[in-house]
Amino acid sequence: MAARLPVGERLWATAIWALVALFLVNLAATIATVVTSSFATRWLRSWLPLGYTDRWYGAAWAEFQLGDVLLVTVQIVGLVVLLSGLLGVPAAYALARRDFPGKRAIMLLILLPLLVPPITFGIPLATVLYRTGLGGTLWGVVVANLVPAMPFVILVMIPFVEQIDRRVEDAARVFGAGTFALFRHVLLPLLLPGILAALLLVLVRTVAMFELTFLVAGPSSQTLVVALYYAVFAAGVRAPQSIDAMAVIYMVTTLVWLVIALRFVNPTQIVARQK
Amino acid sequence: MTTLASPLPSRERPGEGGRHSADLAARRAPRDLTPLLVAPAALFLLATFAYPFLYGLVLALTPKEGGFLGNYARFFADPFLYDTILTTLRLAIPVTLLNLVLAVPIALRVRRMRRQRILTAILVVPVTLGTVLVAEGLLAYLGPQGWFNRTLMLLGVISTPIRLVHNYWGVFLSLVITGFPFTFLLTLSYLSGIDPALERAAATLGAGPARRFRHILLPLILPGLAVTFCLSFVQAFAVFPSAVLLGAPAGPTRVISIAAYQAAFEQYDDSMASAIAILMGAVELAVVAAILGARSLVYRGPAGGGKG
Repeated sequence: MAARLPVGERLWATAIWALVALFLVNLAATIATVVTSSFATRWLRSWLPLGYTDRWYGAAWAEFQLGDVLLVTVQIVGLVVLLSGLLGVPAAYALARRDFPGKRAIMLLILLPLLVPPITFGIPLATVLYRTGLGGTLWGVVVANLVPAMPFVILVMIPFVEQIDRRVEDAARVFGAGTFALFRHVLLPLLLPGILAALLLVLVRTVAMFELTFLVAGPSSQTLVVALYYAVFAAGVRAPQSIDAMAVIYMVTTLVWLVIALRFVNPTQIVARQK
Repeated sequence: MTTLASPLPSRERPGEGGRHSADLAARRAPRDLTPLLVAPAALFLLATFAYPFLYGLVLALTPKEGGFLGNYARFFADPFLYDTILTTLRLAIPVTLLNLVLAVPIALRVRRMRRQRILTAILVVPVTLGTVLVAEGLLAYLGPQGWFNRTLMLLGVISTPIRLVHNYWGVFLSLVITGFPFTFLLTLSYLSGIDPALERAAATLGAGPARRFRHILLPLILPGLAVTFCLSFVQAFAVFPSAVLLGAPAGPTRVISIAAYQAAFEQYDDSMASAIAILMGAVELAVVAAILGARSLVYRGPAGGGKG
């Protein structure tokens, strides 16, 4: 039944798919370059390395103290996820359910950290943190990362709260539920999918958050992505394969969480807010 | 659908049919304390966002030397500093436009695809990996011995490797790799909000694909595209790691974030660093405001069709 499309339209479609393919091929080749190099014995002036080895992973682990770096990364990301949920979810509930004086100002305060470039507020923030003694510490990095993470949780959660029928809450009240019981037995189970999605998104974003961590972190509070930046920046000091091995470890850490997150959220949610 | 029992105290006198809502109002505390739930988050942001920002504003106006505008006077007297604004714009604006021009036709196609989730999931990978990893990968991939140059030479397009790293183009391409998926996913989410019935109606009335796009889709998505442009521009304007790693941070890709970083962490001049950081935010917001101002000139009504 399907009528054949006119030639012009078919050419247009082909051109578009060719563009998509070109992008995907280059993306795949970029990642494949890193992975191949991390297993290469020697790779100069040829399409493929001379031989393959896995010794760079051990070398990178020791040279860059990746055990420590990963531990710090897990601590920072865990604290950011936990605190952004604890602060963000109640705030999202209040913003979704009530109108109160100053609400617009608070919404603006929540939107701005997501709109202003991280360097713009990161440099004054780093200055303040260093003057209060939090700069360079793990908690300083957590605080800096919460500034965009917590508003992000609020913006993801507001539509989730809005879609819960208010009558459910009123019914629970009628049957005598106090605020805590209402939260524990009614709201939490209903909001759980939303909270899970929001926190996974924050997790993925915090693992990859470079600028703020970079500005605030000290030598003992670096996350994996900042350690990777310093390694690439000082390229020439270490074997490139060793840096690539570290990059692969970073990629695996990020992508595992991305795959988990994508089971619960739509890919577009990682960049866009749900309307 | 949404509200039934209002949280506001009922004005109805008891015993006149308002017992139910009066009852509910009485069960609640006399004052509704729910808005207080926003307080911890708001206080946190006041302390970690608003206060440092104001602190930075004041700090920027109390320079090491010179009057209160001394930092800005120094910035605009030194081409090594003020050129960073132009350098950043020269990167960010073309990249954002290119990404948007590519994203719109592709999103129009993908919108009609059944299994778009696989494609969107792949495209979210570079966004998730972030600029540092992409820069690290492109450094080898686009390098003189990398697969990109080798492929072009194999195809006979070029005879000697072209220089794509440690210059403008390296940063440009890295911004396409991380920026295009971002722009695309945003565009796609806007396009999915447009009722396909509108287009079908236009097709029934005899409009071809070009005219449907020109007269139906474009006016509907233009406001969304303006927002997409702004968000993508914000990302590109903040370029930092790839400008250092993949560009020429002393010359053609000395973007404004590099100048701010160097002032803070190499010259330890917090006052100048804050001045540059705030200038960076101001330039960015000026571009965003210009785009959003233009946006208000075009149609902003509903695009969802009948159900609204």
